[in-house]
Amino acid sequence: MDSYDRLKKDKTGIYCLYIVVFYLLVAVLAKIGWIATPWDKTVGKGYEPPSFISLELWLGTDIFGRSVFYKVIHGTRIAMSVGLVSALMSTPIGIVLGALAGYFGGWVDELVVWFYTTVSSIPNIILLIAITYVLGKGLTSIYFALGVTAWIGLARVIRGEFIKHKTREYVLAAESLGASHFSKIFKHILPNVFHFVIINLSIQFMSAIKAEVILSFLGLGVQGQPSWGVMIDDAKMELARGVWWQLAGASIAMFFVILALNILGDALRDSLDPKIK
Amino acid sequence: MWIYIIRKMFSTVPIIFGVALIIFVLFNMVGGDPTYQMLGKHANPKLIAEIRHEYGFDQPKYIQFFEYLKQIATFDYGRSYATRQRISEMISNGIAPSLSLAIPAFFLGTLLAISISLLVAYYRGKWIDKVFVFGCVFGMSLPSLAYILFGQYFLAYKKGWFPISGYETTWPDRLEYLLMPMFIWIAVSLGYDVRFFRTAILEETNQDYVRTARAKGLNEPRVFFKHVLKNSMVPIITNVVIEIPLLILGSFLLESFFGIPGLGSITIDAVHNSDFPVIKAMSTLISLLFILGNMVTDILYTLVDPRVSLE
Repeated sequence: MDSYDRLKKDKTGIYCLYIVVFYLLVAVLAKIGWIATPWDKTVGKGYEPPSFISLELWLGTDIFGRSVFYKVIHGTRIAMSVGLVSALMSTPIGIVLGALAGYFGGWVDELVVWFYTTVSSIPNIILLIAITYVLGKGLTSIYFALGVTAWIGLARVIRGEFIKHKTREYVLAAESLGASHFSKIFKHILPNVFHFVIINLSIQFMSAIKAEVILSFLGLGVQGQPSWGVMIDDAKMELARGVWWQLAGASIAMFFVILALNILGDALRDSLDPKIK
Repeated sequence: MWIYIIRKMFSTVPIIFGVALIIFVLFNMVGGDPTYQMLGKHANPKLIAEIRHEYGFDQPKYIQFFEYLKQIATFDYGRSYATRQRISEMISNGIAPSLSLAIPAFFLGTLLAISISLLVAYYRGKWIDKVFVFGCVFGMSLPSLAYILFGQYFLAYKKGWFPISGYETTWPDRLEYLLMPMFIWIAVSLGYDVRFFRTAILEETNQDYVRTARAKGLNEPRVFFKHVLKNSMVPIITNVVIEIPLLILGSFLLESFFGIPGLGSITIDAVHNSDFPVIKAMSTLISLLFILGNMVTDILYTLVDPRVSLE
């Protein structure tokens, strides 16, 4: 476990891990309804500026008098769910396709490489817009769009690693003991390259959150729920009237989790793969 | 050489076919009948039949696909549903505005990023390096929408330093409208670029030849600006060149916010109007331009770098 020890020594990295865990915790608590529920309750007049009278009001209210603080918390829930679901969908696709291509080579490899070159030839934002447009607005479309597009980077890395590992001695030893293809891929090679999956997760989580905000902002995403992107979209009209707190709340919430994921990604890379500096 | 170029061109054919297939399946099959996406679920039946006939949605799928391939080959994507304009015309009008924002912003931004990364890499480990690296991560973590809204609200609306939005067709007048989106573009990309370039330069400083140069008694500026700089330019230029095909895309958000009538704005307007033919055409065309750009980049690369093999 020396990679874990290395990570523990990286103080900033550990703090960032705590921040991400905190966001996840907030998301779970909001989901089961222990905090900030209901978010669409009227807590004051429309556009009340931030004040310290109560917790609900400390980020002010939106046009309908709903608490911006509660909306930020529920935005966190949506952002985290988008990150999580898209990672859960795309990671297995990336692992399996990358592993098959790298391990078997030949026409399997050519097919997989053709497939991901083709998908990555469509600029990502265009593909995301096209998928969410075709599937119809809403959270499900976003999950799906991110899930089916985000596997490419991981598949590329895993393919490269499998090509390197498949001729190593431990794999040949397993083969001579009669290990099947399946067991060589998943029992022998995969655990040795799994750190790339973990490093990839933090990057993927981050880009999923960013993409959700942009898609929701374009009106293709979350409907009738307080996502950060929707809040920033509202702010476009509000700023001219001097209402800055929705923009500030959503941006700051997003800023800290992205910052934490950025630094955590670097810390994970340094501790899990010390060869890359 | 010519054989290499021709082979390279042929190798993009399966990719182009794949892109066409994905976009076709996505738009004409996954989403169900596109007519409903354009008109909504409760349009009157006569209008539905008309639209279906006009855009050929009443044909069998393989004929639709064939028609779509024909559209790609002839660069004739029919008419927009919302504005009735010819789509090919909309696109050719949109390229110039997109590029007049993207090209200067890209080159100024890259130049600035390279200069800063040289500075911080030279003072690596010192406070100036730490401040800039922290600044980079900080800047990367701010949502790009926040830059845009802050710039537009504070610098343009409150301070009045720049026009809030707009565009001019003639050149010196156009610049006034492009300045602010250009600054925002540079600000958004600076963090990523500086961090990447700094890493690329620092990777070179660990190489053996640097130790040799130091061992033979060269002073630090000479080691850095003569030996390290030359070699670190290879990964930096690679990274810069790869981004050039993407410039055609412009920037969706910047164009839409600042009223620049480029390809990004056209796409976002089409999304808002549920303009099915335009979204499909834009997806296709931008992907094709992207593939083409990558191909040209690859070819130029082999011309410039003798080490890249022509196999």
